Amino acid sequence: MATSKQKNMTPQQRKYQQLQQKHEIKRPVLKNCIKAFFVGGIICVVGQAISYFYIYYFDFTEQSVGNPTVATMVFLSMLLTGFGVYDRLGQFAGAGSAVPVTGFGNAVISAAIEHRTEGFVLGVGGNMFKLAGSVILFGVFSAFVVALVKTLLVIWGVL
Amino acid sequence: MITATGVTGGPFEANGNLANDFDLLFEDLWMGKETYEKAHRLLIEEAIKTALQKGKIEKEQIQFLFAGDLINQITPTSFAARTMQIPYFGLFGACSTSMEGLALASFVVNYDGAKYVLTGASSHNAAVEKQFRYPTEYGGQKPPTAQWTVTGAGVALVQPNEPGQMHPVTISATIGKVVDMGLSDPFNMGGAMAPAAADTIMAHFRDLQLDPSYYDLIVTGDLGRVGHDTAFELINKSGLQLERKQFQDCGLLMYKDDQPVQSGGSGAGCSATALYGHLLNQLKKGIFKRILVVATGALLSPLSFQQNESIPCIAHAVAIEMNGDKE
Repeated sequence: MATSKQKNMTPQQRKYQQLQQKHEIKRPVLKNCIKAFFVGGIICVVGQAISYFYIYYFDFTEQSVGNPTVATMVFLSMLLTGFGVYDRLGQFAGAGSAVPVTGFGNAVISAAIEHRTEGFVLGVGGNMFKLAGSVILFGVFSAFVVALVKTLLVIWGVL
Repeated sequence: MITATGVTGGPFEANGNLANDFDLLFEDLWMGKETYEKAHRLLIEEAIKTALQKGKIEKEQIQFLFAGDLINQITPTSFAARTMQIPYFGLFGACSTSMEGLALASFVVNYDGAKYVLTGASSHNAAVEKQFRYPTEYGGQKPPTAQWTVTGAGVALVQPNEPGQMHPVTISATIGKVVDMGLSDPFNMGGAMAPAAADTIMAHFRDLQLDPSYYDLIVTGDLGRVGHDTAFELINKSGLQLERKQFQDCGLLMYKDDQPVQSGGSGAGCSATALYGHLLNQLKKGIFKRILVVATGALLSPLSFQQNESIPCIAHAVAIEMNGDKE
């Protein structure tokens, strides 16, 4: 918890929080990390297999195979989300299934399913990027900043 | 006294510990409706109908309905009240609504304000999760302090006491103050609600000058594992002698250990279904003579926690015993 928050607390609140912390069941961080490592790794192995598949059987190179692979992975995760499997995987794997691009697909499609009952325009359309929207916004923004820095460095002759 | 109850639940509760104490269990969360909110409404309607049937009373005779749920503007309950056409007071006390309603209903009946009053509370897992958390299919990891919202509705019919009839009777109630200990993690509601529960329980014993041993069972609404342990320590530190085995929690009773509910059940339907189903049945069987039910509510909204507000909490206690058991 942020220290600024703790400053605003009464002594009574602080005392209670110390007591409460004792009973709070801790997240099994190490176990979660190991599970996330393996599940995330397996997802990446599947992704790698798909890109080799595209390179060998279709006309893709190592540079151009990225897009169809990502599309396939996102499609798979959307199918799994629709069948109600991905949220269980997520509870088990945590960041392992959330960080790869499949987690992005899951965030989009789960919100779309959730708000289907509110109609296509305001429900699905308005809420689909409720979770993923900030990923897109800050992803694009940070890419812009990095590109800007690189461009400036090139112009100044550092790179 | 509580002459009849109606308790409905969903598929997850059907696999739980208290399945036999439900009057009606639905096989899936949709319950044959197009939206979860409509399913939520159906839970309440069916619970009310069951209570009316068991109480052998027509809905026209019911004078008031005190009920509520967790959804924005408590629409499921209000829409169910539209179907039932019973004069209606909508309540919101988050998960403490069940005891807020029972205390109010008992109060009104006790002072001859009405002869037949219905009271209840309900929640629907998917509808509540949609509002307060992430989409149901979203693969986020819930921490072990998180809780599982109960799908269910519990409704009770409250009438004036009549001597000679064996029914559970509400004998006293303590209405809680809002307590805020500055916790702001919505995945640890138990920890936030524990001080409110402890505060109300201590106030109850102080006001009535009773000792915890007066009750066979003191049961909290939905503190879950974390909050329940914390509340137990808070109460015992205050000097009241509370035994571990007489202190239980509806959220912990509801599900089996192997169900993936993290710290236990929660939601407005949790204490309502556990009390009006399981606990009253146990009273009737004579396993308990006198119980104190403390329903706890976290008075947050999805907006308030995003704006970094802490979670204010409240707890209401109602004491219930079997009629004719007075020594």
